[in-house]
Amino acid sequence: MKVTIEVNGTVTSHDVEDRTLLVHYLRDTLGLTATNVGCDTSACGACTVLLDGESVKSCTILAAQASGHMVVTLEGLAGSELHPVQRAFRERHGSQCGFCTPGMIMAVVSLLRDNPKPDRDEIRLALKGNLCRCTGYQNIVDAVEAAGS
Amino acid sequence: MARIEDWALITSGGRYVEDVRDPALAGCRYGAFVRSPVAHARITGIDGSACRADVFTAADLDLPPAGRGPVVQPWLARDVVRYVGEPVALVVADDRHRLADAAAVVRVGYEPLEPVIGVEQALAGEVLLFPETGSNVVRVHGTSFDGAGFEGCEVVVTRTIVNQRLAPLPLEVRGAACVWLAGRLVVWLPTQNAHAARDLIAAALGAPVRVITPDVGGAFGAKMGADPEVVVLGWAARRLGRPIRWTETRSENLVAMTHGRGQRQTITIGGRRDGTVLAFRLDAVQDAGAYPRSAAKLLPKFTCLMAAGAYRIPVVEARVRAVLTNTTPVASYRGAGRPEATAAIERAMDLFAARIGMDPVAVRRINFIRSFPYTTPTGACYDSGDYHTALDRVLAAGGYRELRAEQERRRAAGDVVALGLGIGCYVEVTGGGGVGEGARVVVGRGGVATVHTGSSPHGQGLASTLTMLVSHRLGVDQVIVRHGDTDLIARGTGTFGSRSLQYGGSAVSRAVDLVVDRARDRAADMLETAAGDVELTAGVWRVRGAPSSRGLTWAELCSAEELAADVWFDDAEPTYSFGAHLSVVEVDTETGRVVLRRMVAVDDAGRVINPETCVGQRHGGLAQGIAQALFEEVRHHPDGSLVDGCWGVGASELPDFELLDMATPTTRNPLGVKGIGESGTIGSAPAVQNAVIDALSHLGVDHLDMPASPMRVWQAIS
Amino acid sequence: MIPAPFDYRRPGSVAEALELLASPGAALLAGGHSLLPLMKLRVVSPDVLVDVGALAELRYVRLDGDTVEIGALTRFCDLVVDPVIREHAPLLARAASSVGDRQVRHRGTIGGSLAHADPAADVPAAVLACGGVVMVHGPDGARRVHTRDFFLGRCRTALGLGEMIVSVRVPRQTHWGFEKFTRRALEWALVGVAVAGESVVLINMGDRPVRAGVTEAALRQGASIEQAAGLAAWNTDPVDEPHASAGFRQHLARVLTRRALQRAAGRVPGGLS
Repeated sequence: MKVTIEVNGTVTSHDVEDRTLLVHYLRDTLGLTATNVGCDTSACGACTVLLDGESVKSCTILAAQASGHMVVTLEGLAGSELHPVQRAFRERHGSQCGFCTPGMIMAVVSLLRDNPKPDRDEIRLALKGNLCRCTGYQNIVDAVEAAGS
Repeated sequence: MARIEDWALITSGGRYVEDVRDPALAGCRYGAFVRSPVAHARITGIDGSACRADVFTAADLDLPPAGRGPVVQPWLARDVVRYVGEPVALVVADDRHRLADAAAVVRVGYEPLEPVIGVEQALAGEVLLFPETGSNVVRVHGTSFDGAGFEGCEVVVTRTIVNQRLAPLPLEVRGAACVWLAGRLVVWLPTQNAHAARDLIAAALGAPVRVITPDVGGAFGAKMGADPEVVVLGWAARRLGRPIRWTETRSENLVAMTHGRGQRQTITIGGRRDGTVLAFRLDAVQDAGAYPRSAAKLLPKFTCLMAAGAYRIPVVEARVRAVLTNTTPVASYRGAGRPEATAAIERAMDLFAARIGMDPVAVRRINFIRSFPYTTPTGACYDSGDYHTALDRVLAAGGYRELRAEQERRRAAGDVVALGLGIGCYVEVTGGGGVGEGARVVVGRGGVATVHTGSSPHGQGLASTLTMLVSHRLGVDQVIVRHGDTDLIARGTGTFGSRSLQYGGSAVSRAVDLVVDRARDRAADMLETAAGDVELTAGVWRVRGAPSSRGLTWAELCSAEELAADVWFDDAEPTYSFGAHLSVVEVDTETGRVVLRRMVAVDDAGRVINPETCVGQRHGGLAQGIAQALFEEVRHHPDGSLVDGCWGVGASELPDFELLDMATPTTRNPLGVKGIGESGTIGSAPAVQNAVIDALSHLGVDHLDMPASPMRVWQAIS
Repeated sequence: MIPAPFDYRRPGSVAEALELLASPGAALLAGGHSLLPLMKLRVVSPDVLVDVGALAELRYVRLDGDTVEIGALTRFCDLVVDPVIREHAPLLARAASSVGDRQVRHRGTIGGSLAHADPAADVPAAVLACGGVVMVHGPDGARRVHTRDFFLGRCRTALGLGEMIVSVRVPRQTHWGFEKFTRRALEWALVGVAVAGESVVLINMGDRPVRAGVTEAALRQGASIEQAAGLAAWNTDPVDEPHASAGFRQHLARVLTRRALQRAAGRVPGGLS
């Protein structure tokens, strides 16, 4: 089937199998490889992107479902300069191996849109759907706090 | 200072193996493994006729075995499968979708054999994984016991405890991309040591191999070298004449990537009522899984080596018997044998303290090693340390006395939420798991320094640290760090066992020294003076004592010819990092829920070069140790299938960590550094475990195995 | 993890959706957060996927006298913030806020959750506690099914072939308590309790959301919260697993029921955040 999705501000349109997952459309069809797959069951959050501005797990959405909608991935976040969340992750050492980072950053962008100044407990709870095995989360929480202030 | 690694990670994402878009991989096919769903069975037949794809089995492979003797994992299971998840066949299809369809319809017949699950069954030996060997015990490490050390003891406490099996769970699962180019296999492989991977694959395939390590999405000891799957993929790529990609699923990863830990330990501690410990015995059985990996070699060695912990105990006996079971092979996972040793001795100290009615802090203080170097009865030669200061600092920062008073008050008031305090003091051998490391430092045209390191960082930020080291010493602005490509790096050992800065960093440091020496000679020539008369200041070579004279920048010095130095650094002994952790937990005695309130930690790894990445290692290490203490466990049903995998901890399960700095230098390497990668994990697990038990001590609990799950806590107190 | 092949269809109306749903092997897709994971694991493999996710007509919340009516495609994240829900059916807001994570709540819908009928799910239990009525459309027209008759077993409901949920009607109820016990925040409930008015419903204590009938009766007869909560595990049949035995779950059910009732009675603090 033909899907048409605005990705990072550009309208994309491709023939794909009906069963194509959004994450594979982004990675394989469009070559946008920042978005990662870390699990089979929408548990880890590595595949988080924005769909119409809201964080979603692109491994559990069909490309067909996103057709006619707007998707933003990590690659589309920075304009002429870094997005404040990207800057905060850099300054606060929010990444180690980096595999969770794209999903984590997109989840944080969505969180701060709904709650611009979350406290540390709110941040930790709001990120429960994004697993990180390297950082122990502390620098990520620091980064969210910094980006929110 | 921001890590140099981070720009890509936060803008375009890392370039992991699945992201590699090399032209050589154009037209690649996709591979997936059919895995055994049963723990122990004879294969009666494999039928891939229903799938529209290539199917390869052990019968197709014309490869030499992976090792000598019968106890070796075949590349693909041939006659017998020995664990759930063992690869049985490789399916290769043209795309991801076709591959999933094809792999789902391969039919394998199994004739069940009785599985051996758990170390008791393995020791009983009624069923053998390899009948021809006569035993499931594959290795005994350590000493025999004579018991004399316990004869003069007023108090002896014995317990059997379990250091549970864990799944390493890097966020990136395993994968590979293979292509044959001009008779040589090129493999993009997420690994911790490309050279070892290359040697293994090359020996198996009988052909030259280049391994290129892309960004690695976490490893934690479980991406050492190359797993059997990679050899099979390389073989299939040759057979088919096409590049092949492979990425396992997370469900596969949970059963097919090696697991960690998995020891049943009987600990015996004896001493006097005044708190002096006179003897300690650790008798452990290591569940090695179905085929011997590092749990049959390295882990038992480390557990025995570190048995004495931070204590001056006259008699320490340690023995680890590694046994085979019909489960996923066990190998290194953050700490690899050392967390097991530390958990044993730290539990033993608490049990001993409880038995003689003394505060666990007091018992530790009485028995700490206080002069260095110190050689333990099991042969570890500790270089430097200051264990009592480390403990004093966490207690002061945590407010130990006040916390004890609060605990008393709450107990007296009948609070259903019990407060618990736990101590974990540790010593760990770092850099003890491999010999030597290579480095090449080149200053080229334009004055850019390029570092080739045999270390293989995968999240630690070592490239940033080496950049700091080199730019500081040479005074150059631009440093490029390369690693993980066997064509670029002549010789390398890799990143594991908290070794990279000690060995890799020292190698780079030596290479920098050589570059500076050679630069001095060249600068002297060019400035027409003696080598002893030139000096390097802020990246400029000048005649000594003539600060305003015309100097030579690195760019000028190297405009005609680069300056380079190659080093193989192997003349350093392992070092012994140490620390103390204080954990504060609250336990809801109605539901059994444990909440970690505070985690105060000193981790002393000698001189710190990059404080930010050092903190990062401590944070991540703490999280994994806490996860072991409270949440994670790989359990098997009696039939060998996995009980629901518990999947890492989330941000809301962890508190903000309170880190204290301490740096006791070592003289064992030129940088004065020790390893930090595993410290947090090794100290925090026993600290948290001890805290949970401490919270319940007034209810008659003196031991609880990890993880302290709600049901386990509830059962202990009801 | 790739689902088996299927035909994807996106109807423009409920009527069209019902037509498509009549084709053999058809399944309804809303947010997809129950169905797609099962399809990826190939536990289920529908031939036709009827995606109603874009039907705006099924996404609404309105107050109709003393009843709150919620369109089937109202998402968990909508329930959490909707002012009508928060004021007149706060239990639903609380239960919805505990589902999965933010990403899941951005996709998962109340209708999808009811239709999937996982006994460990939070929202079906809350709707049952509120005495909700499920409005169903199907080939034979519209019908209403009370939630007490709706859940028939593990992931089994009274929905017939070709039927779909279009909305849920919930009586206004501001007296509530909710407790969910998990090992880690991300997980499904080991055990949970939803209290609305005099109704007590247990999560993951059987093959469907389970009314704690003995507790409710004891409360009606004037028993104390502590006494009544002590009866909460009567007639429950929770799964027995290595990390959470049936006995432990029954114990938790009693403790959590007491806590939920105490919250509902205003004896301990706890409101919507």
